[in-house]
Amino acid sequence: MNLEDTFIIDGTPIPFEPSQTVLQAALKAGVFIPHLCFYPGLRPNGSCKLCTVIINGRHTSACTALARSGIEVENNTPELNDKRRLMLQMLFVEGNHFCPGCEKSGNCQLQALAYELEMMTPHFSHFFPSRKIDASHPEAFLDMNRCIACGLCVQASCEVDKKNIFALSGRGMASHIVINTPSGKLGDSSFALSDKAANVCPVGAILPKRHGFALPIGQRLYDTLPISSQTEFLTTRKA
Amino acid sequence: MLSPQEPPKRKLRVATASLSGCFGCHMSLLDLDENLLDLIELVEFDRSPITDIKHCGTCDIGLIEGGVCNSENVHVLREFRNNCRTLIALGACAVNGGLPTLRNGLDVREVLREVYFEMPGVVSNTIPNDVELPLLLDKVRPINEVVRVDYFIPGCPPSRDAIFKFLTDLIAGRTPRLDYPHMRFD
Repeated sequence: MNLEDTFIIDGTPIPFEPSQTVLQAALKAGVFIPHLCFYPGLRPNGSCKLCTVIINGRHTSACTALARSGIEVENNTPELNDKRRLMLQMLFVEGNHFCPGCEKSGNCQLQALAYELEMMTPHFSHFFPSRKIDASHPEAFLDMNRCIACGLCVQASCEVDKKNIFALSGRGMASHIVINTPSGKLGDSSFALSDKAANVCPVGAILPKRHGFALPIGQRLYDTLPISSQTEFLTTRKA
Repeated sequence: MLSPQEPPKRKLRVATASLSGCFGCHMSLLDLDENLLDLIELVEFDRSPITDIKHCGTCDIGLIEGGVCNSENVHVLREFRNNCRTLIALGACAVNGGLPTLRNGLDVREVLREVYFEMPGVVSNTIPNDVELPLLLDKVRPINEVVRVDYFIPGCPPSRDAIFKFLTDLIAGRTPRLDYPHMRFD
């Protein structure tokens, strides 16, 4: 291994290719860094901050930091995992995330990360926000109760599907997904299940209709293997 | 000469209650099957649907199933907190409110009106209002938003193995920890 083309994560040398980010190189090498808003093939946008690592002493998002030879990255440390768990807890109380009634349960990245980081409780006071469900589309549900505003559907719809169906509106706490139609309904857009935007949602906010609970408990994505053992899937998945 | 004898180990007292839950977590506790025999060597039950004791005495462990949806739930929960050295949230509803929180987006008055006036087949024209009936809270809350909670066992319900692992860890003095197959939110 050429030392010029490696950097260090928690003492382990990680090879990388030019223009790869720390997160991409780590996942390729089988080293898991928790993340929600990164999807292979889409431009990293660094919004969820779960992939925060310490690079040469500074906190940085691993999904937006370019891999450089010789940098030292702290990743799987109790201190960082505590902060990541805290961010997950805030995401859980901010929306309405009730796994037993969610079709995404078992295949949900937010849930898988909570398992991975052993989040036993959401800890904070729940917001119980009142959010809308949009069932106007014949093929898909849009359940805003579960949206974490990661922006993946916005990006996929704009950059890959070239349809510009989703956008983030509002600021700070009021940020939410809006639909680019006069009625604001998904049913009035050209959205289709074959769109990339329909398949990148890390939570159960965009779900196909009539496919609920298709896989029995025990056969779902994160039932037996923790997300940290599925780095190959996380790098190769295609919507 | 007297031989030094180990004092008999005191059994830990355990109380359990279901607040706004479906008793699924208690069913999961009963699902311990033969492990119940191991557990009963270590614990004895105080207030619980199993013993039908109505009030919680001084206990080592309190297990609470269900979230907090009415005034009676608040009283029971506070009684448990005052009497149990270690209070454990058992199952999804106690941990985060669970499915009863689906009503949190609705106005309580509207919900009651819908149920007692609008539902097809309803013949009453009044909302029940007796001093015996606990009043509904405006929102269903997880128990840690009402009292301090020491431990949480997620799951809907937590599997019997998760409950057994957690309780035996706790009783043996280990930090309770669920391994991956038992860490479930659904």
